[in-house]
Amino acid sequence: MSVQTTEYAASEIRSPASFFANRVFIYGALVFWAFICLFPIYWTITTSFKTAVDVTQGHLIPFVDFRPDWKGWRSLGLSPDSIFRTSTVRDEFIKRFMNSVITSVGASSLAIVIGSLAAYGLTRYRYHFAWFKNEDISFFFLSQLILPPVVLALPFLVLYREVGMLDTRIGLILLYTLMVLPIVIWIMRDQFNSIPVELEEAALVDGLSIWGAFFRIVMPIALPGMVAAFILAMVLCWNEYFFAALLTSTDAKTIPVMVASQTGSQGINWWSMAALATAAITPLAVIGIALERYLIMGMTAGAVK
Amino acid sequence: MADQTLPTNAWPANAAPSDLISPGRKRLGRTLMAAATLGLLAVIAVQILYKTEVDTIGFETWRPVVYAYVLWGVALGIGQVLTRGEDGQRALFLLPALLFTIAMVIFPTLFGFYIALTDWNLSSFSGRKFNGLDNFWQMLADPYYRNALFNMVLYVLAVLVEYVIAFGLALLLNAQIRARKFFRVVFLMPLMLSPVAVSWMIGKSLMEYRFGPAATLARQLGWENPAFFSNPITARISIMVLDAWTFIPFMMIMLLAGLQAMSREVLEAARVDGANAWQTFWQVTFPLMLPVSVTAIILRIIFKLKLADIIITVTSGGPGGATDSVSSFIYREYRDRSNVGYGTMLAMAYLIIIIVFVTWLLKFANRFVRNVN
Repeated sequence: MSVQTTEYAASEIRSPASFFANRVFIYGALVFWAFICLFPIYWTITTSFKTAVDVTQGHLIPFVDFRPDWKGWRSLGLSPDSIFRTSTVRDEFIKRFMNSVITSVGASSLAIVIGSLAAYGLTRYRYHFAWFKNEDISFFFLSQLILPPVVLALPFLVLYREVGMLDTRIGLILLYTLMVLPIVIWIMRDQFNSIPVELEEAALVDGLSIWGAFFRIVMPIALPGMVAAFILAMVLCWNEYFFAALLTSTDAKTIPVMVASQTGSQGINWWSMAALATAAITPLAVIGIALERYLIMGMTAGAVK
Repeated sequence: MADQTLPTNAWPANAAPSDLISPGRKRLGRTLMAAATLGLLAVIAVQILYKTEVDTIGFETWRPVVYAYVLWGVALGIGQVLTRGEDGQRALFLLPALLFTIAMVIFPTLFGFYIALTDWNLSSFSGRKFNGLDNFWQMLADPYYRNALFNMVLYVLAVLVEYVIAFGLALLLNAQIRARKFFRVVFLMPLMLSPVAVSWMIGKSLMEYRFGPAATLARQLGWENPAFFSNPITARISIMVLDAWTFIPFMMIMLLAGLQAMSREVLEAARVDGANAWQTFWQVTFPLMLPVSVTAIILRIIFKLKLADIIITVTSGGPGGATDSVSSFIYREYRDRSNVGYGTMLAMAYLIIIIVFVTWLLKFANRFVRNVN
C-alpha cells in the first residue's frame, strides 16, 4: 500500500483559521484513538510491575505513582533474580508457549502449502468434479469461512477421542489449518490472478513441466502474497481459543488457554496475570510492527478491485 | 470409480497428451488406485467389526483409519499422474486441499447431525442413546438458547456502529497527516492481540469495579456505580465495546485500502463543481466506497457470528445468560453438563440459521450495491 500525498487538501480549505481548526481536529482525533488503542497495552505492561497495593489503588505511572517491582515476572519465573533458578511456572509457560508456536506455525505452513496449490489450480485450469465446476469448488472452499467453530468442535471432540488425537498438537494443527484455509485460498487466488499467464506459457515452451513452471516461475513472484497469507494465518491461529479450550487439557494446551485459566482460589493475582498477558501478546505485537505491510496486504486482498 | 469423480481437464486441446501414456502405465495407475481403495475399505471394515465386537483383530483406536486415508490420498494422486499424465498433474494442485477439506468438514458435519439426534453424555458410562428429535424439541423450549440467538442479533447490529467508527478512522488516516505509518501501526495493534488476553486486560482489569481506570474515569464522569458487567444492558454493551476494540482495525484497513484506490480526478471534479467537504463525502466518496464497505461489513458479520472467546473469559455468559452468544452458550452447555448430543443439536441449528442468514445477506448486498450504483 503506497502512501499517497494529498496535495489538494490545502487548497480545499478556505481560510487559515479554518485550516488550523481542521488540523487540530484531525490530530486530536488521531491522538485520541491512538490513546484508546495503546492505553490497555500500557496498563497491562505496567500492571505486571505492580505490587498488590499499587493495583488496588489504581496507580498509573511508574516511578511517579509507584515503584516498579518484579513481582509479576518473578511469579512467572522470568524476572532477573529468578531466571536462573528452576521454576515450575516458567517450565509450564515455556511448554504452553512452544505449543502455541508449533501449532500456529505448523497450521499456517500446511494451509499455505495446500491452499496455494489449490488457489493456483483454480486460477489456471478448468476442473470438473462430478457436476462441480471451478466456481463451485472455489465457493466450496470459501464457504468454509462462515462455518462457526462451535459446529465442528463437538463432533471433533468425539472423533478425536476415537482416533486418539484429543489433546495432541497435530489435532489442533489440522483444525487450525481448516480454519485458515479459506482465507489463504482467498488471498492466494487474488495473488495468482495478478500474475500474467504468459510467464508460464513461456516457461512451458522452454520445456518446463507444469509443476516446474509453478515452482521456478510462479512461486518466486507470488512469494509476498504467501508471506502475507502466512502472517495473517499465524495471527488467527495464535489467538485461537475456542478449539484449544475444548480439545486440549494437559499436553497440547496453548497460551490463550493458559491465560484464561488463571483464576486462583484466592482471587486473581493481577501482577502475574498481567505478566502472562504481556508475554502472550508480545510475539504478535512485534510481528505486527515489523511486518505491518504484509498484514495489510493480506487483509486487503480482493477487497479493492 | 475414482476416474469419474476426479477433476478432469476440460480443455480439449490438452487432452491429446494423455494418449501418449502407455497402456502399461495406465494399468499400473489403475491397479494402484484400486489397491489403495480396497486397502482403505479393508481397514475401515476391520475396525468396524472390531469395535462392534464381531471379531477380535483390530486396533485400539481409529487412528489407523486416518493413516489409511492419508495413504489412500497419496496413492490417488500418484494414480492420477500415472493414468492421466499432464491432466493428472493438474488435478494434483487441487487434490490435497480438496481431500483435506472433505475429510475435515463433510464427514464431521454429517457425523454431527447424527450426534445431534442422540442423548450422549461423555462423562457417563451409559454411552450414546439414539433419541430422535428429543433434542430438537428441548431446544425449541430452551429460553436460554433463544436469548443467545437474540443476543447474536444485537451483536450483529453493533457492527454498524463499528463500521461508522472504522470509516471515520480510515478517513483520518487518509487525510494529509504526518506520521501516517505510525498511526496506522498503532491503530492496527488491537487486532494483533489475543482476544483472551485482551478480555483479561480490559474486561477483567481495566473495567474492574473497584480500582480499574475505566471505572475510575466513569465515576469522575458522574456514573455513580460503574459496574460494567452486573446489569444485562451495560454488560452487553461492554462486551460489544471489547469486541469492537479488537475488530475495528480490520474494517478500517479494508476501508482505507478502498479510499486509497479511489481516483483523485473524481474528488477533484467534485471540488471544481463547488461541492463542500460534506457534500463531497456524501455524494462522491460514500457511494464510491459502497462495494468495499459491503465487503468489509459482511466479512465482519461473519467473524462476529463466531464470537465466543471474549464472552467465555469475561462474563461466562453472565449475568444470568444475558451476554451469551450462541457459541459461548454451547461451550458452557458442554463444559457444565458434558452433554454432547444436545450441544451439537444447538450448534447444527445455529449452522442452518447462519447459512440462511448469510445467503440472504449476500443476495441483499448484491442487489443493494447494484441499485445504488
